[in-house]
Amino acid sequence: MPEQHTVKAFDDDINKLRGLIAEMGGRVETALEDAMTALVQQDFKKAKTVVINDERIDALEAEVGKLVIETIALRAPMANDLREVIAALKIVSVVERIGDYAKNIAKRVPKIGDHRTIEPLSLLPAMAQIAGEMVAESLNAFAARNAMLAEAVIERDQIVDSFYNSIFRTLVTYMMENPKTISECAHLLFIAKNIERIGDHATNVAEMVYYAATGNYLPERDRINDDDI
Amino acid sequence: MSARNVNVFYGEKQAIKNVSIDVDTDNVTAFIGPSGCGKSTFLRTMNRMNDTVASARVEGNITLDGEDIYSPAMDVVQLRARVGMVFQKPNPFPKSIYDNIAYGPRIHGLANSKADLDNIVESSLFRAGLWDEVKDRLKDSGTALSGGQQQRLCIGRAIAVEPEVILMDEPCSALDPIATAKIEELIHELRGRYAIVIVTHNMQQAARVSQRTAFFHLGDLVEYGVTTEIFTNPREDRTKDYITGRYG
Repeated sequence: MPEQHTVKAFDDDINKLRGLIAEMGGRVETALEDAMTALVQQDFKKAKTVVINDERIDALEAEVGKLVIETIALRAPMANDLREVIAALKIVSVVERIGDYAKNIAKRVPKIGDHRTIEPLSLLPAMAQIAGEMVAESLNAFAARNAMLAEAVIERDQIVDSFYNSIFRTLVTYMMENPKTISECAHLLFIAKNIERIGDHATNVAEMVYYAATGNYLPERDRINDDDI
Repeated sequence: MSARNVNVFYGEKQAIKNVSIDVDTDNVTAFIGPSGCGKSTFLRTMNRMNDTVASARVEGNITLDGEDIYSPAMDVVQLRARVGMVFQKPNPFPKSIYDNIAYGPRIHGLANSKADLDNIVESSLFRAGLWDEVKDRLKDSGTALSGGQQQRLCIGRAIAVEPEVILMDEPCSALDPIATAKIEELIHELRGRYAIVIVTHNMQQAARVSQRTAFFHLGDLVEYGVTTEIFTNPREDRTKDYITGRYG
């Protein structure tokens, strides 16, 4: 199948759309990494930068929304083009939420104070690493319009969920044994929840990529850890 | 109507290759495809308009309500009343609006009295969405109407002889967007009463008016299916290339 449209301007529009989404994805991945680094190193300045940079992510969502509407009005996309354009609209909304979660993590950093002695904290970076990879891979799947890559992302969500359940139990136990740290641990719980939600959102992106690529919806996933905390 | 293994030749050149398709009153069927793909040629086999082309030869089987339309026993004039046609360029007769509609019923003996004929003219114009606009000037010439009105007059003319099938060959190509919208609305109203087949170059129109779409390419029927499926998730690459504008 020829890659390019007969009307080249259509290709330009689609490429611009993909470029904006790639930029947004990159910024969101950086936001999560920086937020976690700020947390571990107690780097308040870095945390503030994450919060400020979130504005650019929000602006990109608006820009993509505008471009999608223009593309639909001017190009009347059909079939896989239409699915890709609609998926792009839904995906940027989800990616913007992921950016908000990263910002939320960064906002909590100054509120946690000296937490270097709170052992459960050490689990969080590993969990965030996986969630961040899922975000990157789901957006790579979108760029490649690859259903198999999308499915691989969805498989990994179980790991993030298991991580979350484990951190939750560990933190609760820690709080019971160290009541003076309840305030910090509560923030850490929220952070863990945010990371778990990022994993869920990356999975949503992957599901939309699957639909855009194949025209079919994936069957409902069975969740192994069904007790939603 | 049913077509089975239809091949059409213009002399040595094969224009239609082994096409089989069914059309019914429940679903408006659109034929789409690039220029020269055979969609108009195939449309014309459905009411034997190709008979008028000396070099044309039709093979295979086409039936209307189970009757073979190419059988020697078939009355071609009757056939063309039962399977009406509307063309790209509106072609009203150089007669009054009234006579444009009344002509067919008169020659087919469908009216027993003037009152009958008046009723047929009124109901045909009403069903063609034209009655309100012309009821006070039925004696005016059909050619004095606007393009869109002329096309609706031609549709009314087809309806007047009580067809079962209405074939439309790019009926809106010569019309402005408002006239086009009125014809599309009319097609929507006629659905269910008549089996409608529309050939169109305009994919958005095919998507808007039809429930089934057939994609023709170089004489082949490449893909035939539910319109929403064809335009959101076609099975064949050739279909996908055409409808997404990657063709050529």
